[in-house]
Amino acid sequence: MTQGFLSKNPSVLIFLSALAIFTLVITFLSNAYGAELISTSMVKTLGKTLCLCLIAIAMDLVWGYMGILSLGHFAFFGLGGYMVGMWLMYARTRDIVMQSSAGLPLTPQELSDAIASQIFGVVGTSELPAIWAFAGSLPFQLALVLLVPGLLALVFGWLAFRSRVTGVYLSILTQAMTLALALYLFQNDSGLRGNNGLSGLQNIPGLAWAGQDRLSVWFLWASALALGLGYLAAAFTVSGKFGSVMRAIRDDEARVRFLGYPVEGYKLFVFTLTALIAAIAGALYYPQAGIINPAEIAPIASIYLAVWVAIGGRGRLWGAVLGAAFVSLVSTWFTGGRAPDLNLGFYTVKWVDWWQVLLGLSFVMVTLFAPKGLSGLVDMFDGLRPPQRRGAPLGPDDGALQEREAQE
Amino acid sequence: MSGLLEVSGISVTFDGFRAINNLSFSIGAAELRAVIGPNGAGKTTFMDIVTGKTRPDGGRVLWGERSIDLLKLDEAQIAREGIGRKFQRPTVFEDQTVAENLMMALKAHRSPWRVLFWKPAGADHARVEELAVQVGLGEALARKSGELSHGQKQWLEIGMLLAQEPRLLLVDEPAAGMTLAEREQTTSLLVDLAKTHAVVVVEHDMDFVRRLNCKVTVLHEGSVLAEGSLDHVTANQQVIEVYLGR
Repeated sequence: MTQGFLSKNPSVLIFLSALAIFTLVITFLSNAYGAELISTSMVKTLGKTLCLCLIAIAMDLVWGYMGILSLGHFAFFGLGGYMVGMWLMYARTRDIVMQSSAGLPLTPQELSDAIASQIFGVVGTSELPAIWAFAGSLPFQLALVLLVPGLLALVFGWLAFRSRVTGVYLSILTQAMTLALALYLFQNDSGLRGNNGLSGLQNIPGLAWAGQDRLSVWFLWASALALGLGYLAAAFTVSGKFGSVMRAIRDDEARVRFLGYPVEGYKLFVFTLTALIAAIAGALYYPQAGIINPAEIAPIASIYLAVWVAIGGRGRLWGAVLGAAFVSLVSTWFTGGRAPDLNLGFYTVKWVDWWQVLLGLSFVMVTLFAPKGLSGLVDMFDGLRPPQRRGAPLGPDDGALQEREAQE
Repeated sequence: MSGLLEVSGISVTFDGFRAINNLSFSIGAAELRAVIGPNGAGKTTFMDIVTGKTRPDGGRVLWGERSIDLLKLDEAQIAREGIGRKFQRPTVFEDQTVAENLMMALKAHRSPWRVLFWKPAGADHARVEELAVQVGLGEALARKSGELSHGQKQWLEIGMLLAQEPRLLLVDEPAAGMTLAEREQTTSLLVDLAKTHAVVVVEHDMDFVRRLNCKVTVLHEGSVLAEGSLDHVTANQQVIEVYLGR
């Protein structure tokens, strides 16, 4: 990251400063490190929101810049969460088993059996599935956070892009992958506790002394750091010629091939890279959420992700962050039951039920009337007005000029 | 004679329609060739086959000194081998500036990793500027190419083609939508290029072809009907029947 990069992309510096200030303010208002004005659960919500902003950046890279409407990125997010959750659950259960044995030495086999029956009693088995082989080791499990989603993205992407599936068909394919994964995880014998999912993830083994107040702030810091680094990496990716090629692939991939660029390779590269970003976001999200289950991976989550990015403004990184933060926080407020009911006299609008309708409507509105989303508002503030490109084209030979522009 | 590109006996059928029928074609390393023919003669399909967009049912397409089989390569590999193409409708990346369009086309490594960490050197900027001046867009480097007029887009695409530094240029109707002065400029550019490159021009406009003053290949129903100077082929009775005598 040279000075030239930052000076050419002033929005990166603005974003990073805003993120740093936000993190500091929250820290100084938190229960653990300051004025005790913000509850611990609110700190967790904000920390989770930062993780959602990170996956929104991933979505913006793959969709906004590259034109692949992936409905599978929450699968990578969830897998990242599952991988870190396995260690959290295993290590914590091990601590509990050790304590309850009250000093009696256990053989490794006894220990393993005891952990397995604790974790898997709920799905009626007491055997540790093979995929839990590394669950006792934090470094291994952290490596799997990247390896498992990364490999899935690589293999899936290779198969899908190689056969040149594009557009809606590719979206359907990614959605099918997500659905298949969710359905698989719903099964009790998938080895990940079926629809119970993994729970108690907010208790970090070895850090019980710190308490949730402090842990929540630490995770906020970690999430902010990941978001900052992710933003920096994404901005670097889209700023140079690579970004040029990405946008060119979005607009006319056949033409890019005739320039000599291996389009499939680029798609695979970006798809896998963004899957890794999503996995990191997920690995930071679920320890704050405390529980993960297969419903989190269901296709609807990935559709929400697309909605956030669309509402925030596709094709610019801070737009995606804005959209994810805004929509997910508003969503938390509406679905949290704190929004006052709207009494229309003949009908009372309960926002918990009607929020989805509102969200759907605003998505349609944004798509129709504000294709740049919320970030279009910022443009308006800056006095940037896109040219009105409406009206009938003047003819095939004047394709670039539309009636109104020509009159000006 | 061993040419730069040797196409022999290719055929392609679309839903029973024979678009290319046992076509053979050859061009040397520094040669200008015009390909003419009525609509549906297979001119564009021929270019599609050479650039890898369409797979022929049979035949061979050999390229370069090492006689590489182009039918085994995909579009991007063929482009990297040194075959550049200009489309009939100008296709530039409208959302990006003229400079970005040219920079992307500039001959350099094409693999994702190399591109990600690629930084334009001073020489690259200079080359982009030089190309832009050459195609008359020196003042427009920072403009979005979507704002350009149709003729300017044609020029930008020619600039991108030059930036790729191909050995063979396939140019589909370069003069469409250009003014008379621009046509003359295009003619001299193509004639100039053909001193060091192989250039194939597909064109409808006979005046334009006459100005190119080069060997002409007439296609009809997917195969070569006649080949030679323009005067020679226009004197050919068959050519007059299928094409000129309409």
